[in-house]
Amino acid sequence: MTLALALEQLLNGLQLGVMLFLMAAGLTLIFGVMGLINLAHGSLYMVGAFACATVAAWTGSFWIGLVASLACAAAAGALVELLIIRRLYDRDHLDQVLATFALILMFSEGMRWLFGSFPLYLDIPPLLQGAVPLPGGTEYPVYRLAIIAAGAAVAFGLYMLISRTRLGMRIRAGESDREMIGALGVDIRTLYTVVFALGAALAGLAGALVGALQSVQVGMGEPVLILAFVVIVIGGIGSIKGALLGALLVGVTDTMGRFLLPKILALFVPPAQAGMIGGAAASMLIYIVMALILAVKPRGLFPAAHA
Amino acid sequence: MTRENLINLILAMLLLAVPVAANWLGQPFYVTLATRVAILALAATGLNLALGLGGLVSFGHAAFFGLGGYVAGILASHGFSGEPLVFGFSGTNQMWVIWPVAVVLAGLVGLAIGAISLRTSGVYFIMITLAFAQMVYYFAVSWPAYGGEDGLSILVRNQFPGVMTMRPMSFFLICYVILLTGIGLFAVIRASRFGSALQAARQNEVRVATVGIQPYRIRLTGFIVSAMMTGLAGALFADLNRFVSPSMLSWHMSGELIVLIILGGTGRLFGPLAGAALYVAFEYALGGITERWQFFLGLILLLVVLFARGGLLGLLAGRARHG
Repeated sequence: MTLALALEQLLNGLQLGVMLFLMAAGLTLIFGVMGLINLAHGSLYMVGAFACATVAAWTGSFWIGLVASLACAAAAGALVELLIIRRLYDRDHLDQVLATFALILMFSEGMRWLFGSFPLYLDIPPLLQGAVPLPGGTEYPVYRLAIIAAGAAVAFGLYMLISRTRLGMRIRAGESDREMIGALGVDIRTLYTVVFALGAALAGLAGALVGALQSVQVGMGEPVLILAFVVIVIGGIGSIKGALLGALLVGVTDTMGRFLLPKILALFVPPAQAGMIGGAAASMLIYIVMALILAVKPRGLFPAAHA
Repeated sequence: MTRENLINLILAMLLLAVPVAANWLGQPFYVTLATRVAILALAATGLNLALGLGGLVSFGHAAFFGLGGYVAGILASHGFSGEPLVFGFSGTNQMWVIWPVAVVLAGLVGLAIGAISLRTSGVYFIMITLAFAQMVYYFAVSWPAYGGEDGLSILVRNQFPGVMTMRPMSFFLICYVILLTGIGLFAVIRASRFGSALQAARQNEVRVATVGIQPYRIRLTGFIVSAMMTGLAGALFADLNRFVSPSMLSWHMSGELIVLIILGGTGRLFGPLAGAALYVAFEYALGGITERWQFFLGLILLLVVLFARGGLLGLLAGRARHG
């Protein structure tokens, strides 16, 4: 029984990790290529979730909603890049933090303006409803498995895009030397917009996928954003491989910590206290892991070659 | 007297004159508003030590601010109930005990966070300080003993010998004196040998190391002092609202503290005060016009960052002498 429960939690951890990867991949790409720290990435996640929920409610199809979430988040990303973000590339990080912090305020309040304060709900598509049996006698929702599969597919697709295509080559070139590829005749401004929109689309996709598990509401992007920061700090900012490993590490550590710590503590102290201390400790666990990793490797597990 | 000093003097006088006038006209609400300005300015002056002088963009100063708040809240709640806290000490409602405890605790936590975070720099530093503050935040949310997510009320404002702290004007004066002391301390530090080293470490780390000063130690010391001042402001803030909750620890709070400094002018003596006054005025004025004031606050902030980098003091008193 306990083993089955542990397996279930492990899968939940993987699912969280995969979602975090979608967020962290965009953040780390944007930092790697443009050297920009984007706090408003969580807002794009929120945009994706709202787009999916609204369009799915109009059309009755989750799948059209999913496409809409990608399109809307990418469009919002491109628009923000063209209007504001591109003025920030040669500013210092403090200015970038403040400007994107201001964007969060505007996005959150703007969404509240458009959609009201009540959360929207998004149904799981009929195809993915139901559960599959796990060894040990429990069942696991198909939808969560589908999220894991989708995340793995996106990770693979991103890998192919970056290592096998011309666009990917330019992205890699941009990461190692921005001025040089500009001098070689690549339209660097368009490349920046494309990379930003790509990162935004990934965030929007994550928002839409998670939207069907939780409610879709203003501010939903912020906790995920901060976890995604932890992920890229652990993985090494600018490294996609680091983002993938960091995301899985954070997802599994967080979920398993919440599941196991109270149980382990219950061996030593009364159950009520074990629940309280264990819960509080589990919520801090990933930050402790991050601190330990940084104490050994201050630039993350896979430090990017430059910067 | 330079133009900046004159403006600083006017700002300090204004902050005193507005509540005095409001009090005289029987409008205690504006006294409370001015107290809020004074306390936020003190917190931001603390952050300005790290951010303005040391160039350390801490996105986690809410941790110290909230910690100070919780010290005030927890000591007061134990003092009220008489339950022992540690070593038979059962809390207190005396500000002169609460303040040193808040300052020392914020300093210790600042030492722990700074010691790890300062091993990194740039974006890593921003994100790590953010993550540590989130850690403290989640701890406060999930630890039920002191209200957890709901926060903790301070039933009666804590006492200071010889002052009726429940009267808005008296409490304002306490905060005002502390703010001026804090700003004075900032000026002393900035002019000291230590302050020069801290600023030099921001401008050119390698040179500082070459002349035999360890940038890490200098920065860590600066970070700790900065945390202490922000912690003290947190204790005052909790007493102002007679309430402390995890929202004081949230990353929005950290962001707000940075915003105050930028609105006023980075690294300037009275920048945080100018910024806090502007911020509270915006909040109050926009909040009166529209429910959507946060949207417009974001817009104003964006415009300041993009087009008016010197902040309010930059506009009024020209560029800062030291870059």
